[in-house]
Amino acid sequence: MNPLVASSPARARLLRAARDPVVVSGAAALALWVVAALVSPAFASWDQILTLLTLASFLGVIAIGQTLVIIAGGEGIDLSVGAVATLAAIVASRHMDGSNEDLLLAVALSLGTAALVGLVNGVGVLVFRVPPLVMTLGMIAVVYGFVRLYTGGRPAGSAAPALRALVTGDTVAGVPGVLWLWLGLSVLVVWLLRRTSFGWRLYAVGGNPTSAYLSGVNTKAVKLSAYVLSSVFAGVGGLLLLGYTNTVFLRLADPYMLPSVAATVIGGTALIGGVGGYVGTVIGAILLTVLDSFLRVLQIGGGDAPRQIIYGLVLLVVLSAYGRQRRLRQ
Amino acid sequence: MRPGRAGLAALTGARMPTVATAVLLVATVTAAALMQGNFFTPYGMTANFATVLPVATVAVAQTIIVVSGGIDLSIGTVVTLSSVVAVVLMDGDPARTPLALAAGLATGAACGLLNGVLVALLRLQPIVATFATSFVFGGLALLVLPTPGGAVAPAITAGYRQVVAYLVPVPALLLLALWLAWRLLKATRTGRYLYAVGGDPAAAYASAVPVSGVRVLAYTAGGTVAALAGIALLANSGSGDPFIGNQLTLGSIAALVIGGTRLRGGAGGAGGSIVGAVILTLIQNLVFFAGVPTNARELVNGAIIIAAIALAGLLATRGDRAARNVGRTV
Repeated sequence: MNPLVASSPARARLLRAARDPVVVSGAAALALWVVAALVSPAFASWDQILTLLTLASFLGVIAIGQTLVIIAGGEGIDLSVGAVATLAAIVASRHMDGSNEDLLLAVALSLGTAALVGLVNGVGVLVFRVPPLVMTLGMIAVVYGFVRLYTGGRPAGSAAPALRALVTGDTVAGVPGVLWLWLGLSVLVVWLLRRTSFGWRLYAVGGNPTSAYLSGVNTKAVKLSAYVLSSVFAGVGGLLLLGYTNTVFLRLADPYMLPSVAATVIGGTALIGGVGGYVGTVIGAILLTVLDSFLRVLQIGGGDAPRQIIYGLVLLVVLSAYGRQRRLRQ
Repeated sequence: MRPGRAGLAALTGARMPTVATAVLLVATVTAAALMQGNFFTPYGMTANFATVLPVATVAVAQTIIVVSGGIDLSIGTVVTLSSVVAVVLMDGDPARTPLALAAGLATGAACGLLNGVLVALLRLQPIVATFATSFVFGGLALLVLPTPGGAVAPAITAGYRQVVAYLVPVPALLLLALWLAWRLLKATRTGRYLYAVGGDPAAAYASAVPVSGVRVLAYTAGGTVAALAGIALLANSGSGDPFIGNQLTLGSIAALVIGGTRLRGGAGGAGGSIVGAVILTLIQNLVFFAGVPTNARELVNGAIIIAAIALAGLLATRGDRAARNVGRTV
């Protein structure tokens, strides 16, 4: 420890804040938004901010489960979230079929299907000891295979009006319902992680599974519930997406698969497990959404390609800021 | 992990997946020979090996990286980028072929070098870093060749379909050459460094192994081999496509896991990955030839692949399960 730093608590606190991923990514998101607003003043409008946050909410909700699975450790990662979100949206849209009549049944059915996928993921990882990366990658093929069989290649139905209103229509105190829902879910998840014994067990299992096991934590049950919750939240994200797009298509939520991991990591949840939290993930989701929208607004010539390249480069810069591993030499 | 345990785990880890892989190989080849009437004819062999070679080559590229303790989620886009660079420079002109192929290989090496620098020197987490570069490489591929097109020199496509000595297709010979090259690498000091760094980077560092250098080298070698896969894809299809290899990332990881390479690094090898790629390709053919309805094909295919991975994993981990319950192997 540098004595100079230790001698001045205020400065130490400042330094610690400057290294806190939540602060860093929050500042990066804000800076990006300011640049975007300077280039295209529309970004600064209240409506545009709400639109951005609505877009971020889909990624944010899908990334809830990703955060839980990554915190639970053991190389935990869930790459099937995009496929599961698509599956949930497709199941829901068929049963809603554009009316509010079967809303509850449709929601229950689609989240139940999602939970089932999470259960299979968990069993594969915990019982058959397939590495999570491989298990959840493999499940993508299975889930899309099921979607193809279920829909015959042409998804049917559309969102219930109530769901559509939640995402694109009604506002409460000037803010769309979906943002209130995201806020509620965020508070719930943060409370779950910080104030409940489930949260403590999750961190314990992710930090050191052996000592968690020896302390009487049922490590398998904790990890299994993380995988099930991951799929359920991915399903919720898929339902919200359905409310936004109204009709579904195959691969609807595919673009959310790896960004959910990126948002989690940008938010300071380390892939080694046991560290991090959901607040960072929220900021990460907002950062990625602002970046994506900004690059779309810029309309650089040459179609999708330059946007993709810049997206990748900025992601690298953000990760280099603090998403780094320890040195071997200490 | 204590030395004795490590030795035991290495022994069982090397033996059990080999058994599982061999069982799977025999099962799939027998089933393929029964269902595919022309399996053992020159035509059948050529067709099968022409499809297997690109997948197997990417799997070998991924294996080099995984054995050294990394992973490359951008490998599919590296394949794509190097193939479009080669095809655009070549444009059907035999005179420009050597230069174009060299440029393709150099592109793959440069991509790998970038990944290696990000992971080894900037110490970014491999999963997210290579996810970010996959956007960069995929975007660059779209810039180089916006729409499918370009022609491969006829000599390459014709040579790829040749059959030597009545039954040995050229792709099979190339596959053999690839495996021999891996054996050669494995026999060198660099090859042993790869395993040392992947198995326990701290111990390797303490033993004066240039850990960062070995990691950069592994990614660069992986990128170069991925470029070879891109050229094989070109030879097989005859023209360029800006998405040609992007789907291969999942296949490469599945193939190496089925082949018994440990995803955490330090154990396994390219021989198993080649066999894994053969098994994966044969499973796809089987699902096709077994007359599974078109809409169910993807589901059946995905389920069989997961089952194969689970079988390989179950047999592989039985040996060191005791070790894993005692201490967390990092």
